[in-house]
Amino acid sequence: MKEFLAFVRKEFQHILRDKRTMLIVLILPVVQMILFGFAVRTEIENARVDIVGDLSDPEVRKIVDRIDNNRYLEVAEVLPSPNCITSRFEKNKADVAVCFGMDFGTHLRKEGRGSVKIIGDGSDPNSAQMIVNYVMGVLRSEQTEISSSLSGQDAVQTAPSVQLMYNPAMKSAYNFVPGVMGLIMMVICSMMTSVSIVREKESGTMELLLVSPVKPLWIIVSKVLPYLFVSTVNFATILLLSRYVMGVPMRGSLLLLSVVAVLFVFTSLSLGLLISVVASTQKSALLLSGMGLMMPTVLLSGIIFPCENMPGILQCLSHLIPAKWFIIMVKKIMIQGAGFPYIIKEFCILAGMTAFLLTLSVKKFRIRL
Amino acid sequence: MNAIEIRNVGKSYGKIRALSGISLDVEEGEIFGLIGPDGAGKTTLFRILTTLLLADEGEASVMGFDVKKDYESIRKIIGYMPGRFSLYQDLSVEENLEFFATVFGTTVKENYGVIKDIYSQIEPFKDRRAGALSGGMKQKLALSCALVHKPSVLFLDEPTTGVDAVSRKDFWNMLSRIKASGVTVFVSTPYMDEASLCDRVALMMHGRTIDEGTPAQIVAKYPYRLLSVKGKPMYPLLKYLRGSEGVLNCFSFGSVHHLAIDGSRTDAGKILSGISEAGFTDCEVHEIDPGIEDCFMNLAGQSADNGKFMSDDGKRD
Amino acid sequence: MENAIEIHGLTKKFGNFTAVDNISFTVRTGEIFGFLGANGAGKTTAMRILCGLSIPTAGGGTVAGFDIVREPEKIKKHIGYMSQKFSLYPDLKVWENIRLFGGIYGLSGKEISDKTAAILSRLGMEDVRDAFVASLPLGWKQKLSFSIAMIHDPRIVFLDEPTGGVDPETRRRFWELIYEATSGGVTVFVTTHYMDEAEYCDRVSVMVDGRIEALDSPDALKRRYGVNDMDAVFRVLAGRAVREE
Repeated sequence: MKEFLAFVRKEFQHILRDKRTMLIVLILPVVQMILFGFAVRTEIENARVDIVGDLSDPEVRKIVDRIDNNRYLEVAEVLPSPNCITSRFEKNKADVAVCFGMDFGTHLRKEGRGSVKIIGDGSDPNSAQMIVNYVMGVLRSEQTEISSSLSGQDAVQTAPSVQLMYNPAMKSAYNFVPGVMGLIMMVICSMMTSVSIVREKESGTMELLLVSPVKPLWIIVSKVLPYLFVSTVNFATILLLSRYVMGVPMRGSLLLLSVVAVLFVFTSLSLGLLISVVASTQKSALLLSGMGLMMPTVLLSGIIFPCENMPGILQCLSHLIPAKWFIIMVKKIMIQGAGFPYIIKEFCILAGMTAFLLTLSVKKFRIRL
Repeated sequence: MNAIEIRNVGKSYGKIRALSGISLDVEEGEIFGLIGPDGAGKTTLFRILTTLLLADEGEASVMGFDVKKDYESIRKIIGYMPGRFSLYQDLSVEENLEFFATVFGTTVKENYGVIKDIYSQIEPFKDRRAGALSGGMKQKLALSCALVHKPSVLFLDEPTTGVDAVSRKDFWNMLSRIKASGVTVFVSTPYMDEASLCDRVALMMHGRTIDEGTPAQIVAKYPYRLLSVKGKPMYPLLKYLRGSEGVLNCFSFGSVHHLAIDGSRTDAGKILSGISEAGFTDCEVHEIDPGIEDCFMNLAGQSADNGKFMSDDGKRD
Repeated sequence: MENAIEIHGLTKKFGNFTAVDNISFTVRTGEIFGFLGANGAGKTTAMRILCGLSIPTAGGGTVAGFDIVREPEKIKKHIGYMSQKFSLYPDLKVWENIRLFGGIYGLSGKEISDKTAAILSRLGMEDVRDAFVASLPLGWKQKLSFSIAMIHDPRIVFLDEPTGGVDPETRRRFWELIYEATSGGVTVFVTTHYMDEAEYCDRVSVMVDGRIEALDSPDALKRRYGVNDMDAVFRVLAGRAVREE
């Protein structure tokens, strides 16, 4: 036991003396939160819509009214011809243009279809996509009304697309707080543990430790403890920031959330250990955890791209990303206020992954060079 | 019982044969030197004996424990100082020492007597970070850390490489005091002149031992008569001597050239008159006893063809 | 004849630590100059200044006729440098290494191919032209890297512990290479931990605590200190050191 304590003390001395790394590790979550919270906004406010069409047509007027009444959209100007759209975009006077076809209302009533063109400013594809979706949403609801007012005949094409289910009112903070939490814990735990073990390999001290009677398990556990501590600090930072700065609610139980977080920390730590077994230099450990863990986590866990929208094969792959399950649980607990029974499936999956990874990495940890 | 027994040990890294057919016995309480240049396989042999690597073939034991089966027992009774400085640079001198003491289940206090001789020299700097120590002090700290648990066998892999002549002398003085306390010392070095400081040595080249025994035994086996030749200018003299009748080989040794001769064809007198006639000045020739370096060069020359393409030592993992 | 290196009052301080303390010396053209000193005596710092890699705190001088403070770039072009730590790229082939360094020193394509042929034939390494440097024995690597350090026919070549860890015969063969180079008029500035190698130098300086404690031919030094070999000379001088690195 004394040997073990000596190890833990040594590890704490290492990380406390490396002030620069420590600072980065503690500040990183704050920066990420602020970055996602304020710089990378995924909500749209007051998108400016230009209209090209015959405003004397009552159907057209109705739709334009709806657009103008929408919280997120406002009509900027009515243009005489579609040719003007380009220059409006170039001058950044408008974000999207809606062009109604000739005799829009008549066509709609008689044939059940009217031609409308929505032109978005693709120079910012993400927001353009979103704005176009909003406008389409307005158009669809109008169409639905018309078709129901027509004598029972469902002549109007109104197949709602997935994108329409996107809740326009959803605050992006609700989405990214769990994501950032997952990401940060992943980085700190896997990257830092793997680097700290590999550093000992590189500096030759691992040789000395292996030649000593110390059990390899102790070396591993003592490596893990300080980062467990650091992750706790990070966890608290993110929670406080999200609650008091981003205004994300904390509807579920804090205790349950903490339990889930600790489980996820262990998942990440065991991944870090696995990396340290494979890598022999700090550089390769960094690359492995950076490219091998961070990238898939960012891309596939649903932080940026919703898993539901992925092609089948990527969806399958995303099931393998531990962060995905963690993020689902955090969302359920924080935002929906769900209790343990509602996250039992995800919890078991994550626990299973952890058990598997931990056994594998401890088994693989070599007792020789 | 021998402290270390090595039987026919071999090891390859992929296609590179790092060690082959090594058999050695190290007696308890002696300083045994493994002498050879980089790439001879010294580090690989050290790693096998310290249970860090498994040999491909052959067997070895340390204090009666098998390096493969009983690795846990061996790890308790040996001290090891790897080739490069391998302590925690960001911990202080004292913290390093205490850490390694605890790792081996002991305390600095308990074994202070063992390390006192060495550690007292760096104790004034005990609060300094190990990374900020000078080369000589780092070495003393590393040695203290390797000794703090009273090991039965001390493994020192090239402790004096890159160390200046004065510090090297200091270090060997420390080793003989460690030996006097009953510890078996197994040490490697590329410096031939350090052979005479060991009780027994093995000469290594290209993964094989080319000779072993006490320094006196090895020197006694030298097959030729050896002359020390001096004259000016030195480099042309070397070339001239190589072309002389009855000269087997000739190399410079500091301010003189060592000349191995076939005694039936030439002698000191003939060489002296030869070089004087050829116009060299300040000539001196006399017969000398060979040193370990002469023997090494002679033996290495014989086995040179075996390993022309042997690459560097097993200093990769 | 002009001196290859002339240094006066050279001082380098790091904070309040004086690594090199007011040293002055000259190295004559065509001589082998041994630069000795204990670990931490300031050898490396002084050598870095001479190679144009570091600017002195005070003092100055010339290397190959160029001012060490004002013209370090010109110095770099006219000296060769070989260190045990960095010499060649192990993952490049022998000829690729030669081509690379030829290119670095601005040789033309024709010059490079001539030099490549000359180096390979002088070292007897034609057969391993296409071998990766990593696969060569250490001794060959060292000879090759010495030849490459000389590829642009520098007037001075700096050798930083060129023979560390090499077997005794290869070490001697390497020195024969150095002798040959000096017979062509090149000045050699060399550091070593092998005291027998100090005997091969025309003149030797011994640095202690940042100062040059002695500078003379090996014979003169041995006479002055009444000892038989350079090892003893070194021990007398380095024993005077008071500072730790």
